[in-house]
This record gives sequence, structure tokens and C-alpha cells, in this order.
Amino acid sequence: MAELTLVEAVNLALAHEMTRDRDVLLLGEDIGVNGGVFRATNGLIARFGRERVVDTPLAEGAIAGVAIGMAAMGLKPVAEIQFSGFIYPCIDQMINHASRLRHRTRGRLTCPMVLRSPCGAGIHAPEHHSESPEAMFAHMPGLRVVAPSSPARAYGLLLAAIRDPDPVVFLEPTRLYRLFRQEVLDDGEALPLDACFVSREGRDATVVAWGAMLHEVMTAAELLEQEGIEIEVIDAATLKPLDFETILRSVEKTGRCVIVHEAPRTCGLGAEIAAQIGERALYSLLAPVKRVTGYDVVVPLSRLEMQYMPSVARIADAVRKVVEG
Amino acid sequence: MSVSFRIDCLQFLSPSGELNETAGAIARDANLLEGFYRAMMRARIFDGKAIALQRTGKLGTFASALGQEAVGVGVASAMLPRDVLVPSYRDHAAQLLRGMTMVENLLYWGGDERGSDFAVPRADFPICIPVGTQVAHAVGAAYAFLLRKEDRVAVCFVGDGGTGNGAFYEALNMAGVWKTPVVIVINNNRWAISTPRERECAAETLAQKAIGAGVEGVQVDGNDVIAVYQVVRQAIEKARDGGGPTLIEALTFRLGDHTTADDATRYRDPQVVQQEWAREPIGRLRTYLAAKGFWTKDREDALLKQCAAEVEQAVAAYLATPAQQNDSMFDHLYAALPFAMQSQLEEARRFAPGDGPREAVRAVSSPGGGDG
Repeated sequence: MAELTLVEAVNLALAHEMTRDRDVLLLGEDIGVNGGVFRATNGLIARFGRERVVDTPLAEGAIAGVAIGMAAMGLKPVAEIQFSGFIYPCIDQMINHASRLRHRTRGRLTCPMVLRSPCGAGIHAPEHHSESPEAMFAHMPGLRVVAPSSPARAYGLLLAAIRDPDPVVFLEPTRLYRLFRQEVLDDGEALPLDACFVSREGRDATVVAWGAMLHEVMTAAELLEQEGIEIEVIDAATLKPLDFETILRSVEKTGRCVIVHEAPRTCGLGAEIAAQIGERALYSLLAPVKRVTGYDVVVPLSRLEMQYMPSVARIADAVRKVVEG
Repeated sequence: MSVSFRIDCLQFLSPSGELNETAGAIARDANLLEGFYRAMMRARIFDGKAIALQRTGKLGTFASALGQEAVGVGVASAMLPRDVLVPSYRDHAAQLLRGMTMVENLLYWGGDERGSDFAVPRADFPICIPVGTQVAHAVGAAYAFLLRKEDRVAVCFVGDGGTGNGAFYEALNMAGVWKTPVVIVINNNRWAISTPRERECAAETLAQKAIGAGVEGVQVDGNDVIAVYQVVRQAIEKARDGGGPTLIEALTFRLGDHTTADDATRYRDPQVVQQEWAREPIGRLRTYLAAKGFWTKDREDALLKQCAAEVEQAVAAYLATPAQQNDSMFDHLYAALPFAMQSQLEEARRFAPGDGPREAVRAVSSPGGGDG
């Protein structure tokens, strides 16, 4: 078993599926000889050839569009969008075609594609490189949205995303790409797509997060433990469709909930999770649900980006408030 | 360094039905030409009936292809069944020839998703409404054929308006780089709803957009079915032989409104439209066929009767098609309905009106989509 970073785990999963299934191919900008700007596809062109590791012209909308055409004809394309701020031209293709091809042809044509993209702030990247667009894609019927929080989950969830018969938007937290290593077994075992992970058990409050934010929450959990507060941490991971049952079960146990996400607050996924709790677990609540999120502002340039993102201090403060409340 | 280029426009059959001698063997193939003629007439009669159905509340918004039949018939005739068609929303002349049924097309415009579940051309794409976005699908499909070494070609339609969309340029560019076996046909009917061709693009031809992508671009008289067939057949053969993509601009004219929700008299001179009737594709082929002795009034009458009967039968079948179940909107969204959506399905079922016998069809009135 090897200790891998998250970006290495992505590479491992891609290689595993390309070896296992000849219909899997990769496309994106600079993914071939260069191995991708984050090196997610490093070395794959040498192993699988340029026909299956396809460098594309610089046109994100068409990258998504040609992936749809490939998928409809039976291939399993995994398209890479180089930086999160460049994913927006894909929205047309994803909402008008990828997400509804199966539906509008009554299952005759399908779209088993994956749209991979780095996401999130925290690496002092230039402007337009730090977006968190998960709620936009989660709002599109027919799509799946996945955001891994660790190398092992990235490996297992990416395998699942590639094998899934429907389109999946796979958002890889840039900040986690090389933040830490974890043992990842290249066993080809996919993780379930419709399930949250309980990353830490606790009795006093439920904290729901995903992607890079999970690590702030886990750090906050250790801090709060010293104060005698035990939080239960849920890694939502598969954001659409979302496993509300696991979240609600936890909230029914703890009676308190804080939702943490890096994306702006208004109409973020936290709003949907809070609404579901309000509709289905209101009488279990001992305090109002709180959200700790990015502010409703443009992600600031590097000097202020850490002030934008939910910090351990903000998360711990929110937990203390719901526990006291 | 200077760049010069020339866009040739191919025409064999003049508007008055005179054949250019360069047409070659195709023009002497009576069976082939009769097939073109029958297919164009079939499409036109279907088209007229669909408009009538919309006017009487039995069909939703419909996009007529009146006057553009030669483009669809010429293109589809040049394709093999195993090739793949990626249509826009005004391409039923081609789709009918590919094997899409009239009932399917009526179901689609009548508001029933099953109309895109073609029984015959299983791999053909459904109608594409967001203009220009479909070109990438054709390029992707063609890439799949290339990768799997399948002897297939993807053929795509896009409107003149659609060529102003970035999605068109992006996909054309990729086709050029990858030399995918794809033929992109611009159905240039001169109008993007109310915007005339000269307000869409300053270039003299739309075919020359190919040059910027390193792709061959040609123009053809889109109302000359023989020339359309010839040009597309050559492009498809080239694609099959590994020669890569071709962009074909077919010059035609939208004789009807953009859709049944549109009133073209608001923005264009009816006299201009009247003049264009002299160039329409069916009459000129009829003149030629009759002059050659390939066609007679009796055969014309028999064809009209046959087409009318086929259309009537299709309309009856369409109107008699039982509505989908109310909860069918939850079908085929994902391979399997996610658990998180079960409660929404139950809600839809609880509040749906009874799935009893329906009255005619659920005709809908909606604004026309697209702008190309």
C-alpha cells in the first residue's frame, strides 16, 4: 500500500480505470505531455497514448460538448477543466445536454461522462482560480456532483464516478491536492455515490462539510473536544443526489447542526441542507441550524482569501453557539 | 505572407430545372432522382400537416422546413444507416429519411419525450434546440468512431444563425485539429428568426469560416438536391477515408415562419419571399424529371395521394397515442431514481390528475425556441 497525495490518488484511479476499461479516455487542456497543470494526469499519455489522453484546444464549452458526443456513442470520457473559474462555459452543455440526454431520449442515448475540475481557494492562486461552483451543478436535474475530502475518498469516488452510467461533476479541492498523504490501496474498489461519510462520531452537535472544509472542521473538532464538546462530523462528499438520511439521523441524535461550506452563503448547498432539516427534523432541533460559509462576495485575491474562507475559529464559534443555544 | 482563398458554390440544377452537364452519372440515375423527389414531397406534405395541427390546437410549436427540403434529403441520402445524424430543430426532412417516424416527430412537437426515442436510427441524436451546441456532439461522436476504428461518420446540421455562436467555432476548431470524420452542414436559410443573413455575419460566405479552422469549406445550392447529395457524399467519403472534416454551407431560404409561434411578416417583405418561391427545390426537380420523361402527372397524383394517406395515418396514430404516465417525468433522469428523489416522486403521484383516457393530445403553446 502506498501513501499518496490526493492528486496522486486521482491519477491512480484514472490509470486503474483506463487499464480496466478501454472505453475510458481523458481530454482536457495540457493533460498530455504536461500531465495536467496540477499533474493529475502525469505519465498517463506515455501509458495510454495520445488518442486516449487527448490534449484539447482551449475551449471549455467544447470540451464538455465533445465529451457528451463521445459518451453518447459509448465511450466513457473524463474531461478535465483546468481551473475552477473556467468551468462556467461548460454550464450550457451540462445543463442543456449532459444532464438531460437520457431523459429526453427516454434512455435511448446516455451520457456516462465525468467533468473533473479543481475547486476552492487557499493556494494563493490568481484571480478566477478559487471558485466553489458545486451548488450551480447540484441545481441541475440529472447530474451528480461529487467532492472528495481525502486521497482514499478521491480514489474510490472517482472510480465510482467513471463507472456511473450518468454524468458526474467531480470537484477536487485544490488545497488538498498535496496537503497530506494517506494510504490508498489500488484495489479498484469504488465508494458508493449516494452516501455521506460519518468522519467522526459525537453527541453534542452535527457538523456537515465537504471537500477542503472537512479539514477545518476536523481541526475544530479537536479544539472543541478540549472544551468538552463532542461534534459529529459528516463528510457530505456526494453532493447531488445528497444522502439526507445520514444527516437527519445524526441531527436527530445531536439536536444541533452547523453546515460549513466554502462557497458563498446565499443559495449555497447549506441552504438546502438546512431546509431539509427544517422540514424533516425540526422537532429534534434544540437550537437553530447555523451556517458557516464563504461570504456573499467575490472570492478575494490571495491576500484576503483566508479571511474569506470558513476558519477553525469561525466553525468552533458557531458550534459553541448552537451548543449553548 | 498573404492568404487567399476561394469558396466554390456547386449547382447542377438551375431554378428553372436545367441541368448543368457537369452533374455526371447522378443526374442520369432515374431511381435516385425519383427517390429524392419522393422524399422531398413527403417531407413537405408532412410539414404542411404539422402546421395545420398546430393551428387547430393539436400540436405544440413546430418549426417548418418549407423550402429547405433539398438540404435534408440530399444530406440524409448520402449517409449510411450506421452513420450518425446530429440534427438541429428544422431537419425533419433528413430525419424522416433516416427512419425517424412521423409519429415520433409529432409526439416530440406535441410535448411528449417519447418522440425522441427513435425506433430506427437508434444512434442518431435528438433535435437540438440551443443553437450551435450540437456541433460539439457531432465532433465527439466522430472522435469515438475514430478511436474505436469504426467505419462511421457523424453528420451535423447547424443554422446560419448558429454559426455566430462560439460553440460552433470551438467545435469546428477541434474537428480540424483531430481530423474527426465529421461533416458539418450549415443550413443557411438566410434568417435567424428576424435577423437577416447580412446582419449575422460580415463574411461573404459562411463556408469560409472553415478556413480559420484549417478545414475544407464548400458552398452548395441548398435548393438543388442533386448538388447537395453530391457535395455531402464526397465529404462523407473523404471522412471515411481519413481525410477529416468538411464544412458545407447549403444556400437555401426559409419560406415559412421561424416557427408556428413566429410571424415573419413583421420583419421581412412578403414580396422577397414570393420571389424565393421561384428557387424552391421541389419544382425545379419536377421540371427536370418531367423533361427527361422520368415523371408524369399520374405519378405525381399517385405520390401526393400516397403521402397524404401516410401523413393521415401518422396523425391518427399520434392522436391515439396514450399519454405518458404523469410520473414519467421521473423516468430516465438517472439510470435509477436516486433515493433522495423518492419523496418527490410520491408527491407527484399523490397530486397528479388521474391517468385516465386523455382528450386528444395535451397541446401546448410556447414561444419558439432558438434563434437560428
